[in-house]
Amino acid sequence: MSHPQESHVPAPSGGSHEAPHDAEHFHCHTRLYVGVGVALLICTGLTVGISYIHFGSEAMNIFMGLLLATFKAALVAAIFMHLKGERKDIFRFMIPTMIFLFALIGLCILAIKDHIHF
Amino acid sequence: MEIPYTVKARPDTGLWNAKIGVWLFLASEVMLFGGLFSGYIFMRLGAEPGTWPHGLLNVPVGTLNTAILILSSVTVVFAWAALKMRNFRRYQLCMGTTIFCALLFLGIKLGYEWPVKFHHFGADIKRESLVKYEEYLGNEHREKEGLTPRLTISGYLIDEHGHTLHQADYERLRAEGAKEIRVKLDAANADPNNPKNDSPRFLPVPMSDKIATIATEDIQYASMYLPRRSSYFATYYTITGLHGIHVIGGIIVFIYFMLPVSARLYRKDPEHLANRVEVAGLFWHFVDLVWIFAFPIFYLL
Repeated sequence: MSHPQESHVPAPSGGSHEAPHDAEHFHCHTRLYVGVGVALLICTGLTVGISYIHFGSEAMNIFMGLLLATFKAALVAAIFMHLKGERKDIFRFMIPTMIFLFALIGLCILAIKDHIHF
Repeated sequence: MEIPYTVKARPDTGLWNAKIGVWLFLASEVMLFGGLFSGYIFMRLGAEPGTWPHGLLNVPVGTLNTAILILSSVTVVFAWAALKMRNFRRYQLCMGTTIFCALLFLGIKLGYEWPVKFHHFGADIKRESLVKYEEYLGNEHREKEGLTPRLTISGYLIDEHGHTLHQADYERLRAEGAKEIRVKLDAANADPNNPKNDSPRFLPVPMSDKIATIATEDIQYASMYLPRRSSYFATYYTITGLHGIHVIGGIIVFIYFMLPVSARLYRKDPEHLANRVEVAGLFWHFVDLVWIFAFPIFYLL
């Protein structure tokens, strides 16, 4: 993969420059990124659509909306943020972070739903 | 002296330094937004039935903003891939598109959504006075349908000539001891017994021409839809405002990556620039991720 060098497009010349990655490898990835982008847009439309459907209770409506949001977030994290295939070192501190986050949210829910009765 | 491990992986971690650094930073950001979202959950679950607002934000505009942010996430990862493929022209195009989308998102939020709410007025009616305003609240119909009571009359605050008033005008009226206020009604209050107005709709319904006169002694609390209005708006402006500050931060970094200094880095060490763009892209995807949750909880649920 080489492109005609124009005067205002700098050509890499030295330093710790590594050989360019295989173009075909990244063409596959760009197709994946487009696919994920389209999936996210479709899921956004679905999120809006299902918010007008009544699933029996407000709690269930909220659950369905957040389930779809979580799926979208997982796609962004796995594909766009390259977590899929990332080294385990990053998971070593991200997983405890998520545990603390869910604990914080859980405590807030418990504080309201199961509060102390005087 | 060169800063080490900007491209080559550290032997102990197996990763170059900025990648670990940005993920640690994102872990702290998760707790920052997590705390705010927890506050939202706390206030929403603790709210009296019927007091948590629905349908006050423009869903089509919010959906458009979500699509713009998703598009910017795609273009920033394309920019990174372009650098990896040593295609600087495509990198500039994708990064420029990312910046444009980010500015568009901010422009819509700060230039349209927030100002619209700053001029939108809501008056919560005292419980003992709800019956007096039944023609604007429709609570008999709502009780028959098993819906939560409607406690607020909303629309645009107007003077005797029909001119829209602002928050400062309302406070002046209160200070002068005005006995009543006039509100040009939203569709839901103009026709509260219409089943179509029982729950929010996707497309915003045009304002009605109907005007309600409300005695100030019947008002529990009233203001424009500012942060002080309610817990809902306090959390809405706080979370979307902090999110907006993160968007501004991202824009500043992306603009830096478009400057000649970054082109010089590309010439000297393209993999280093690719890594910088990847790290900034990780931050940007996190900003998108926060919006993926903020959009449904404020606009839809």
